Amino acid sequence: MTTQHITLTVNGEARDADVEPRLLLVHLLRDVFGLTGTHIGCDTSNCGACTIHVNGQSAKSCTMLAVQADGAEVRTIEGMVAGTELHPLQQAFWDQHGLQCGFCTPGMIMQAAWLLDQNPQPSEAEIRAGISGNLCRCTGYVNIVKAIQQAAGELQASASAPAAAGEAVAAEA
Amino acid sequence: MPAPVEPPIETPASLPEAYAVLADSSAEDPVTPIAGGTDVMVRITGEIGEPPRRMVDLSRLRELRGIAVDRGAVVLGALTTYTEIRRSSVCREHLPALVEAAATIGAGQIQNRGTIGGNAANASPAGDTLPVLLALDAAFEVGSNRGQRAITADAFWVAYRRTALAPDELILRIRIPIGSGRETRFRKIGTRRAQAISKVVLALSWVDQDGPPGSGRVAPIAPTGNGPIGTWRDVRLALGSVADRPIRTRATEAVLEAASPTPEIADAAAEALAGEIHPIDDVRSTAEYRRVVAARALHRMIRDAGGW
Amino acid sequence: MPRMTIRTPPGRTLTPVAPRRTETDPLVLQPGTIAPGRARPAAPLRREGPAKLTGEAKYADDLVFPGAWYGATIRSTDAHARFDGIDLDPALDWSAIAVVTAADIPGENIVSLVSDDQPVLVPVGGEIQHQAEPLVLLAAADRETLRHARRGVTIRSTPLSPVFDPRLSDHVFAHFDIASGDLERGFAEADLVIEGEYRVGHQEQLYIENNAMIAVPREDGGVAVHGSLQCPYYIHKALKRALRLTDEQARVVQAETGGGFGGKEEYPSIIALHAALLARKTGKPVRMIYDRHEDLSATTKRHPAIVSHRTGVKADGTLVAQEIDVVMDGGAYCTLTPVVLSRGAIHAGGPYRCPNVRIRARATRTNTPPNGAFRGFGAPQVEFAAEVQIGRIADALGMSPLDIRRRNLYRVGDETPTGQVLRESVAAEEVLERAAEAAEFEGVRTRTERARARRAGSGSVPGSPLRTGADRTASGIGLALAWHGAGFTGSGEVKLASVASVELGADGRIRVLTASTEMGQGTKTIFPQLVAAELGVAVDDVDIAPQDTALVPDSGPTVASRTAMVVGGLLIKAARRLREVVEERNGGRPFADVHRADAAAHGPTRIDQQFEPYPHVHFDDETYRGDAYPAFGWAACVVSVSVDLDSGEVTVRDVVAADDVGRVIHPVLAEGQVEGGTLQAIGYATIEEIKLRDGRYLNDRLATYIIPTSLDAPRITTLLVEAPFSGAPHGAKGVGELPMDVGAPAVVAAIRDATGVWIHELPASPERILAALGVTAEPPGQAPAADTVRAALDEPIEAGTDPRPDAPTDPQPMRGPRDPGEPS
Repeated sequence: MTTQHITLTVNGEARDADVEPRLLLVHLLRDVFGLTGTHIGCDTSNCGACTIHVNGQSAKSCTMLAVQADGAEVRTIEGMVAGTELHPLQQAFWDQHGLQCGFCTPGMIMQAAWLLDQNPQPSEAEIRAGISGNLCRCTGYVNIVKAIQQAAGELQASASAPAAAGEAVAAEA
Repeated sequence: MPAPVEPPIETPASLPEAYAVLADSSAEDPVTPIAGGTDVMVRITGEIGEPPRRMVDLSRLRELRGIAVDRGAVVLGALTTYTEIRRSSVCREHLPALVEAAATIGAGQIQNRGTIGGNAANASPAGDTLPVLLALDAAFEVGSNRGQRAITADAFWVAYRRTALAPDELILRIRIPIGSGRETRFRKIGTRRAQAISKVVLALSWVDQDGPPGSGRVAPIAPTGNGPIGTWRDVRLALGSVADRPIRTRATEAVLEAASPTPEIADAAAEALAGEIHPIDDVRSTAEYRRVVAARALHRMIRDAGGW
Repeated sequence: MPRMTIRTPPGRTLTPVAPRRTETDPLVLQPGTIAPGRARPAAPLRREGPAKLTGEAKYADDLVFPGAWYGATIRSTDAHARFDGIDLDPALDWSAIAVVTAADIPGENIVSLVSDDQPVLVPVGGEIQHQAEPLVLLAAADRETLRHARRGVTIRSTPLSPVFDPRLSDHVFAHFDIASGDLERGFAEADLVIEGEYRVGHQEQLYIENNAMIAVPREDGGVAVHGSLQCPYYIHKALKRALRLTDEQARVVQAETGGGFGGKEEYPSIIALHAALLARKTGKPVRMIYDRHEDLSATTKRHPAIVSHRTGVKADGTLVAQEIDVVMDGGAYCTLTPVVLSRGAIHAGGPYRCPNVRIRARATRTNTPPNGAFRGFGAPQVEFAAEVQIGRIADALGMSPLDIRRRNLYRVGDETPTGQVLRESVAAEEVLERAAEAAEFEGVRTRTERARARRAGSGSVPGSPLRTGADRTASGIGLALAWHGAGFTGSGEVKLASVASVELGADGRIRVLTASTEMGQGTKTIFPQLVAAELGVAVDDVDIAPQDTALVPDSGPTVASRTAMVVGGLLIKAARRLREVVEERNGGRPFADVHRADAAAHGPTRIDQQFEPYPHVHFDDETYRGDAYPAFGWAACVVSVSVDLDSGEVTVRDVVAADDVGRVIHPVLAEGQVEGGTLQAIGYATIEEIKLRDGRYLNDRLATYIIPTSLDAPRITTLLVEAPFSGAPHGAKGVGELPMDVGAPAVVAAIRDATGVWIHELPASPERILAALGVTAEPPGQAPAADTVRAALDEPIEAGTDPRPDAPTDPQPMRGPRDPGEPS
């Protein structure tokens, strides 16, 4: 079996691995790096549970081979927590009950993070369009939309008042 | 017994390197180009269809990126993603129907990865940008070690999931003519509102002989139904999901050519389209539904253009 | 629209519940306090939230067992055949691969459930009953070897003739006959008799986490399985029987579970057995992780059904006779079919009083994968039929959909077809009025009716089916009402005799011990709430023991919306006894003040609470007479749609759902159940469909089995109504299944309001809508049988209600050459 050596950055840490060409990026993350927060829910790139960021863009990690991520910057759900502090999106999903079974949640949060990165003040319709690549079967999406709205507000507030960012998040929590 | 799935993959850093990898590609032992991977990867993850035997990853070829206006055409690098098309001010100004089509493909993540060149090369009968490329008379600039050539859109898809590309050829750029008052309309009828594969997809384009020149996006000539109605020239109608490949419907185009968008013409065009296409029943819809809804969607486009 | 909680106001017809206790707490209702209301109960954050939000939560496939092998299932591709043998490709090195057949099963080759008809693996020489039937199991140390191995197995079989039409099958899994009054006399009194046939297809639960199970060999010769599951003790029983294990040798541990909806009630037993057999063969842990294709192809779905109604009504809309025939397609094995059918039969008439009723229901075998449990459990199928039927009756009489329901809905004192007198907790009127009021149903409907009348004749038909009309879309509003028996049917709970426990640990912490699983619905959040409220301690002082059969008692399966109502009730009783014991030991001082000292002094104290039959609830399983359920939950739903008149595409815009849950424990979690269930019902109504060819599902990928995305989901406003059930100490009746019963008929009624046509078969797809409008010919094999409306009234039936009286029927569900598109 021929393998290729790849190096990449995952959640800010330099990683490398010898991978078979067929290995999916999602399997590299889960099986090799042990980052099992990125989930697999389908085999046709529909469910979105495996959504991560590759070079700042959201991607379904089942549509990429590990070798295609050579040299890339990858961020997964495990990279969203800052120390012990939940990311404002994670906190908002908790506050608003934007999760039930939780299986779609990491992918949903990663997609929402990309959405807010592109469009910090999305309308409800833009939120719905932005997460339409992520299937949820539990919530009817009602509280997911609310959670993203809450996080958008907090991220805006912290962006406009960087010094008070920590307090704003803490107060809301 | 098919060979176990373990396709080797090459990752060239330049176009000549990619050509060199592909020089070895043949119909019997093809090298499958992969860019965004949104179509190729389901053959691996879902074990749908034959898995690729060998792959060449094009994603590092900077030469194949970028959107530009050049000599009366928008030129899209083959690796242009749907997200880039949606955001491009050039595309939004000159190719609103393509922007609309790009927005209906998959959803955000797939639009971030999937490319226009990949959509064309994948040659799905249901590829949503393909009728737009047909209706806009796009041309594919393709290349290999043997040189470059151009293939027009209506000669590009030759059979079910087959293109006019030779095994060693790559799509480099897609050139889409613009200007001269061309109007384009797009309509997709899918299985749901996002991540939907088309039951029927249509693109209609025409030049309004009497319309204001140079504008790509004019209002209907006679919104109230009382004013003069323009005459259409150079009409192109293309559909997806109604045949084994994306198609132009020339009999219906003939009905619309040199005609005005009146109720009588709309009726005649709808009848012609219903007679011209021969879709099938499948897991997503029925032949009858596709035939009738394609005709009704066309009728609606003509009705809207006519303003009656 | 804002969320709100609506309490039953004074003057309604609710019987005060019996006195239960005198202490006050935020959850348990005082006698006679239905009306005054109370503060919205606390809504603690989801207990396992942080783990799920950070990726720390361990679902089955996230668990690491060093040295584990990967397992796979080789399935039949025949719908019905004799299994003649297996050929292994001699080119492969089989020494590195474990192969398990039926011959390797040490105990009985039976997947234990209602009936003993389903084998763990079909033995060579045995009969294959469906195309996804497991025949051979494989395991290998890595995925690549396993992929080779799967391709190296060839199944030899001799085809037998299959049966696909449940009406033509002579193998009956179960049948029920429910009768009350005198049907003939009822029809003789009727001014109008309306008949209708309604059909629903398969529906997939589509939990986002696929089924997954890992078996780990134990030193004592037994096996521990860790997996995605709803019912640990179902699997425990199945393992003991097929592998000949003792209670201790078989251990079942729930991993974090990514949704169930009934789909992980029974099938996980099969996967656990398969994984355990491979673990036994290899002596290694074996991972049996289904991919979506296998999960969709092989695991259980909601039962398809054909429901025929013949209804007699008086001119004023009063129901006088209901004759209902239900046929459900059980698939190839019995699974839970008799229980699903039983609930379907009992609910078939809808939430309406009718003195003369006959309901005949049967479920038969077909050579398709077995159908099983799914949220609603037989009720959504029959209530769809009942609600469309009542809507058509209202049309025929020129009555409003609201008025005909007001006239007939159940009130306290009414008797159901099984002879059950509804003594309390009846909120049909309440949910109906609340939903209609919040959605401004009558006002909107007047407007949509006017718009429909204006469009009449201006559209595409009969001019030309290819011509569009002036209006591109049409709006409509629709209403449905449903009832749902709370908890198990009949004497189910009595037979189960569930146990739930509360323990005061030596460390002074309180621990809840149940086998009730968290699948997202909130078990781990509400159980501590109930126990903490009873003990007067903080929620955070209460821990939840893992769902591990080695640790927790059998509190019954996590199904039938019984967890909050039944198991929650047991926990309150256990906590109450614990408090009494501790307070008595400590001179009557409050539990909260003394429990830590008590634990230090006396060590752990554990209370096991077993289910006690509800007083005054009696059911005879033989005659099917009596109290089919201790109480019913009630649900109403108003749906606003717009229909694209060119394409028949339906957009569900707004939903107002009013659900009576008895008592709200956690408002946000309860609303979350309504929201999620409502969207599943909308999917069922509009886009979720499985077509079959030769007994095989064609929609066997997530690219072809279509569920609603965030763009397909409507705005949902939830109104929680509370009509408490006196048999549960907290009054709760369960919430999970209610929204599933009402969504689909409400959507179909809204489509009727928009277009003038009734759709008789789910999903109400664009194809069916255009066919009903006469724009397209009938799609093959999807037409319900002819409906007839026989009027004995003078007024004419509204034109356009039944546009295709002579539509043909076709037993073949689907035909068509091939798929032109691929997933993109």
